[in-house]
Amino acid sequence: MKKVMIGNHAVSWGVQRARVEVISAYPITPQTQIVEELSDMCADGRLPARYIKVESEHSAMAACIGASAAGVRTFTATSAQGLALMHELLHWAAGGRLPIVMADVNRAMAPGWNIWTDQNDSLSQRDTGWIQLYCETNQEVFDTTIQAFRLAETINLPVMVILDAFFLSHTSEPVDLTDQEIVDEFLPRREAQYKLDPADPHAFGALVRPDAYMEMRWQQQEAMRETLTLMHEIEDEWAKLTGRRYGAIEKYRTEDAELLLVTSGTITSTARHVVDERRKRGEAVGLVKVKMFRPFPTGALREALAGADRVAVLDRNISPGHGGIFAEEIRSALYDVPLEDRPRLFGYVLGLGGRDVTPAVIDSIVERTWSADQPERQDLWVGVEL
Amino acid sequence: MSQTIIKDLMPKDELLTSGHLACPGCAAPIAMNLVLKALGPQTVVTLPACCWSIIAGPWPQSSLRVPLFHTAFETGGATASGIKAGLVARGDTETTVIAWAGDGGTFDIGLQALSGAAERNEDIIYFCYDNEAYMNTGVQRSSATPWGAWTTTTPTAEPESRPKKDIVSILAAHGIPYIATASVAYPVDLVEKVEKARTIRGTRFIHILAPCPPGWKTQNDETIDLARQAVQTRIFPLFEIENGRDWRLTVDHAGDPVGPYIRKQARFKHLTDEHLELIQKDVDDRWERLQRRVEHGT
Repeated sequence: MKKVMIGNHAVSWGVQRARVEVISAYPITPQTQIVEELSDMCADGRLPARYIKVESEHSAMAACIGASAAGVRTFTATSAQGLALMHELLHWAAGGRLPIVMADVNRAMAPGWNIWTDQNDSLSQRDTGWIQLYCETNQEVFDTTIQAFRLAETINLPVMVILDAFFLSHTSEPVDLTDQEIVDEFLPRREAQYKLDPADPHAFGALVRPDAYMEMRWQQQEAMRETLTLMHEIEDEWAKLTGRRYGAIEKYRTEDAELLLVTSGTITSTARHVVDERRKRGEAVGLVKVKMFRPFPTGALREALAGADRVAVLDRNISPGHGGIFAEEIRSALYDVPLEDRPRLFGYVLGLGGRDVTPAVIDSIVERTWSADQPERQDLWVGVEL
Repeated sequence: MSQTIIKDLMPKDELLTSGHLACPGCAAPIAMNLVLKALGPQTVVTLPACCWSIIAGPWPQSSLRVPLFHTAFETGGATASGIKAGLVARGDTETTVIAWAGDGGTFDIGLQALSGAAERNEDIIYFCYDNEAYMNTGVQRSSATPWGAWTTTTPTAEPESRPKKDIVSILAAHGIPYIATASVAYPVDLVEKVEKARTIRGTRFIHILAPCPPGWKTQNDETIDLARQAVQTRIFPLFEIENGRDWRLTVDHAGDPVGPYIRKQARFKHLTDEHLELIQKDVDDRWERLQRRVEHGT
């Protein structure tokens, strides 16, 4: 069934199709419509879940942790300050190996107050142990939400499904809502291996001494590594059922490309258009979209980028005192590429706090990248006027 | 009443094992033991950071024979809400879910999550075992520390200058179905209250005073005496509140002078007789207010 809907509602419908059992959430713009729609679904019986209307995002994640530990499928959604408030508990969810799924609508961090999109909220949670998946379209948001539960519950890691504020969250697109029977086949009811059960009592999260703590972190790291293969298999299965797949990364017109743009989120769609225009003029320009940021698809990115002459990474985020975060991760990934195949990397910082990234902006970046012999600095800021 | 008779009155379930890691003379495991006896094995415990995070034992051991979920300091009310929702989602409406928190996790850092759970009337029992300071981190003051007390952050040159926060009144203002204070020196009263709480639906709050020998600077064998004296001096009266309105005393309170109780505790050794008079006056005032609430409700 195809319906026209905003990105936020594509999340809600993904949650409904996944037959989530406990939701706990707190309102924050621009996420709120996700949980408003879920409230309606819970109230009118479309989703027979328990919805805990907590007093903060911190408690939202704590309640999800409790419910997930009790063995049920659990969801929350947030943005920006709300995600930052959850920070401590993001570690708790991941370290506790709880398969919680959360939607984060990418919003810039205050101050100053800004409700528009950038990625600094989710990227600030990079090292909490959550799988991070960045989406480009509302269809991808719906599909990824469902896949996220399958992924999380198979590997016992929490998953963050990420979408741009307004450009996706509040923008309507047609979404093919996969039939319930198909989703049920793909995503059966959660059967937790370990849970809080009075018939089989165990303690979870107790003090761990130095002689065992590292082994637990190692297992978490191994699970992250396995996630790369597992996501591929899950996508294969989803593709068989629906015909749709996205990949940890996607290569778009990269054949023989001398200049590769690297993007995530909705900037990708705009960049596809610019690539098409440049290709029409015979330029060897291509695009690599990064969907999965954690675990980082290092090998796939190396393979996709090695051999190009120039790589322009478009970062809607900034690690103050360093550079664009995707650019720095990719720079690190390319270190092991032999020098003769290693592209020159141009790291552009743009679109912060929801500033528009138009085709003209991306086109100017292509021009700037062609014309420079080397980047004049590590972080190339686009459109800053002082 | 002889000790043998009290023991016979206690439920037989032994859900706390030996080998737990409490300090000698600690009231916290006594309180947990009595509570679990009253609740029985169909119970799930969540523990925010507190002395009990250690007492319960390190991985892979546990001193409890019921499921236990360690959680972050400020999340007792919220984590318990989630556990209950998860169990109910799979059709288990009978298991009792409890949060077991210290005074720091209740009066201070966990107050927001506790208030949220109480306001939503979550079907949980929240226990606060109150040793009147951050004892697990080495005796720092909390908002449960009584006026005049020494702690490592309220040194004798500048001891605690604020009265203990009235947590029970805060919870009563939420109008939750059941609140009680309880004491390890009155095990029959404690067990009766927990058994009663178990049969009620909605948020229940039980506040247990837990004397702490290293933090109060008392002898290990004085814990029960101190707990009893706290009740008999009316410093920690034993009562219950139904629906935030109906207050009822549950034992006789002799109204003993506070002096001997205070003087037993070296955390108060810098206090003068004039200071004791101030404490006595405060206790008398609070008792009078409590009497009014018992007579007229709130």
